[in-house]
Amino acid sequence: MRHVISVIVENKPGVLTRISALFSRRGFNIESLTVGHTENPKLSRMTIVVEGDTDILEQIEKQLYKLIDTLKVIDLPKDTSVNRELVLIKVIADKKNRSEIIQFTDIYRGKIVDVGENTLTIEITGDDGKLEAFISMMSKFGIKELVRTGKIALHRGEKTVM
Amino acid sequence: MKKINGARIILEGLKRQGVDTIFGYPGGKVIPLYNELYDFSGINHILTRHEQGAAHAADGYARVTGKVGVCVSTSGPGATNLVTGIMTAYMDSIPMVAITGQVATYEIGKDAFQESDITGITMPVTKHNYLVKDVKDLPRIIKEAFYIASTGRPGPVLIDIPSNIQQAEINFEEFEILHNEPIRLDSYNPNYEGHPKQIKSAIRMINQSKRPVILAGAGIIKSKASKEFIKFVERTNIPVGVTLLGLGSIPTAHDLCLGMLGMHGTYAANYSVFESDLVIAIGMRFDDRVTGNLETFAKNAKVIHIDIDPAEIGKNKKADIPIVGDVKRVLVKFLEKMPQREKTEWNETVTKWKNENPLVYKNSNEEIKPQYLIEKISELTNGEAIIVTDVGQHQMWTAQYYKFKNPDSHCTSGGAGTMGYALPAALGAKVGLPNKPVIAIVGDGGIQMTSQELMTLAHFNIPVKVVIVNNSYLGMVRQWQEIFYSNRYSQVDLEISPDFVKLAEAYSLKGVRIETPSELDEKLNDLLTSNEPVVIDVKVSKEENVLPMVPAGGDSHKMLGIKGEL
Ligand SMILES: Cc1ncc(C[n+]2csc(CCOP(=O)(O)OP(=O)(O)O)c2C)c(N)n1
Repeated sequence: MRHVISVIVENKPGVLTRISALFSRRGFNIESLTVGHTENPKLSRMTIVVEGDTDILEQIEKQLYKLIDTLKVIDLPKDTSVNRELVLIKVIADKKNRSEIIQFTDIYRGKIVDVGENTLTIEITGDDGKLEAFISMMSKFGIKELVRTGKIALHRGEKTVM
Repeated sequence: MKKINGARIILEGLKRQGVDTIFGYPGGKVIPLYNELYDFSGINHILTRHEQGAAHAADGYARVTGKVGVCVSTSGPGATNLVTGIMTAYMDSIPMVAITGQVATYEIGKDAFQESDITGITMPVTKHNYLVKDVKDLPRIIKEAFYIASTGRPGPVLIDIPSNIQQAEINFEEFEILHNEPIRLDSYNPNYEGHPKQIKSAIRMINQSKRPVILAGAGIIKSKASKEFIKFVERTNIPVGVTLLGLGSIPTAHDLCLGMLGMHGTYAANYSVFESDLVIAIGMRFDDRVTGNLETFAKNAKVIHIDIDPAEIGKNKKADIPIVGDVKRVLVKFLEKMPQREKTEWNETVTKWKNENPLVYKNSNEEIKPQYLIEKISELTNGEAIIVTDVGQHQMWTAQYYKFKNPDSHCTSGGAGTMGYALPAALGAKVGLPNKPVIAIVGDGGIQMTSQELMTLAHFNIPVKVVIVNNSYLGMVRQWQEIFYSNRYSQVDLEISPDFVKLAEAYSLKGVRIETPSELDEKLNDLLTSNEPVVIDVKVSKEENVLPMVPAGGDSHKMLGIKGEL
């Protein structure tokens, strides 16, 4: 199963290496990892998407807690959290299909952020389902380049991780 | 105004942590530190002949004293030479602080002379590590390092200190202020108290079990819980199998002790686990050398797992009742609630297994059997010496045949299996406990990996007894080649070896060779009791095997050679 976990760590040099090295050392599979500082600049928040059953998830949490810089590890279940990812897509857009691409982008509430002679660059955010659908739609026109931020997530409602 | 530099801050910091001995080796990037050490009083420095020796010595020192062992090296090759020793300590949860010199902060990342990214290199083998970038962080980091190394599940911590940080000065008053700031590690809170509810459920589970067995690990020794543990065993009358690193937690000769578990464990210990309906794992981590095939290990048993490290619980074997906490505190709580439990039919069954299948070997009048040698050492020292072993057959024979009486009396590289460990670790152990007899038991292969430390024994007159169990082979590998690779002895012949007596003499140590059982009976006692370092080269039968044996990954109850022969 796929899990989205939030890891709150001290915002210190080397912490990202410690965390990512732990995953490869212990043979855990990372699908994506994002990091940035939180409302408190002394802390960073990593959002890590991993694949594994509950036993593996439990090991991941415990191993993360063993690192001295880890403050909190939280599994964010899909139904009680919001998660988002941002994708930039450079798609081939000639005169023929340009307006069609713009239409699709509108429907998916994406944004055209750059225009080239034969390309459009689109920014789109959303959850997995929406992004996958949009990307597959765009692949028909020809995707020249694509970059994703990796997923970030927060609890729904009042709840916070700290 | 009085000033203090980084190097002196290190020494002051160590001293204030109660450190009186460090093991190290100087070099370019720690010259400022050694310069301060030159006239610093209160810290004794043992100059080993290789940095690996310094790390193992700090390890041996820590294992027997329970204090944090400290080793020091220069940057680059000095630091990488420590790595094997740090990894060895990490695998066995030994409290250690390793201090390495680093190139100056402004040279870092430029492939400067003798630069190596030692914090990067040691990340997977340290509990934590630091690269110091500001001299003002140094007082705090030293305190934190000792705190982290010695609390929770202990382990090595490395502090990498650039040379210009060692040279940088601050006012002494400021140092005092920085030093006196309390440690604040929000993200590090080891849990020592076992959950009372879990303990209650565990007692219920123990009382309901019919065929319980205890797996005793190093955690018992580390938390100094041996007394409480023996009480617990006697209160519950549950038979005990001991891990390699748990040896000494209960006397081997104790009526409820079944001996060692696992690959070269006793029939009774392994078979009891296989037949059990409950295993109570205390301060152990279900290492593959203990469990063999996890699918069949304690197949029909419920599991109570007590350990200080939550990550060990459920890592290899699922626990029905996990109890995270310090073994001693948990056992004290158990003892408050646990009623006396009488012996049952299960005890009789287990005792029968024990009596019918003791460890056996065929003795000889002509050649010295290695098992006989270990039995002899056990007898002569009354099971009370500190025994430090290297890695290989002699290590397993020692675990099997030495009758350990006390905790903290057995040092061996269990998790890492590091050849070359014994001599330097024994040296460190003897420096830590000068009034205890310390015997290094080492193979003719392993001694050649760190034999340079014989010089350290002579230099500091450290009266360690070095017993070389000389079978002219890399014995343990030869044994595997014999059993699993149809006698194809590839690269294990050590017939061509130094004359160890002469080698000892070259280091101005006493060297003695013993070749027959009668010579052994005659000479060994005097050699072990004299107050000088000595190298004893004991020629033993060459192709003896360590038995019984569970093939790697095999079912631990299906042992080869239960009767002492294949
Ligand atoms: C540093 C290191 N290299 C290699 C090994 C693999 N190894 C394990 S036991 C062994 C043989 C040890 O031979 P010796 O020291 O003569 O001891 P014996 O087994 O004969 O008692 C070897 C090579 C190891 N454990 N450590």
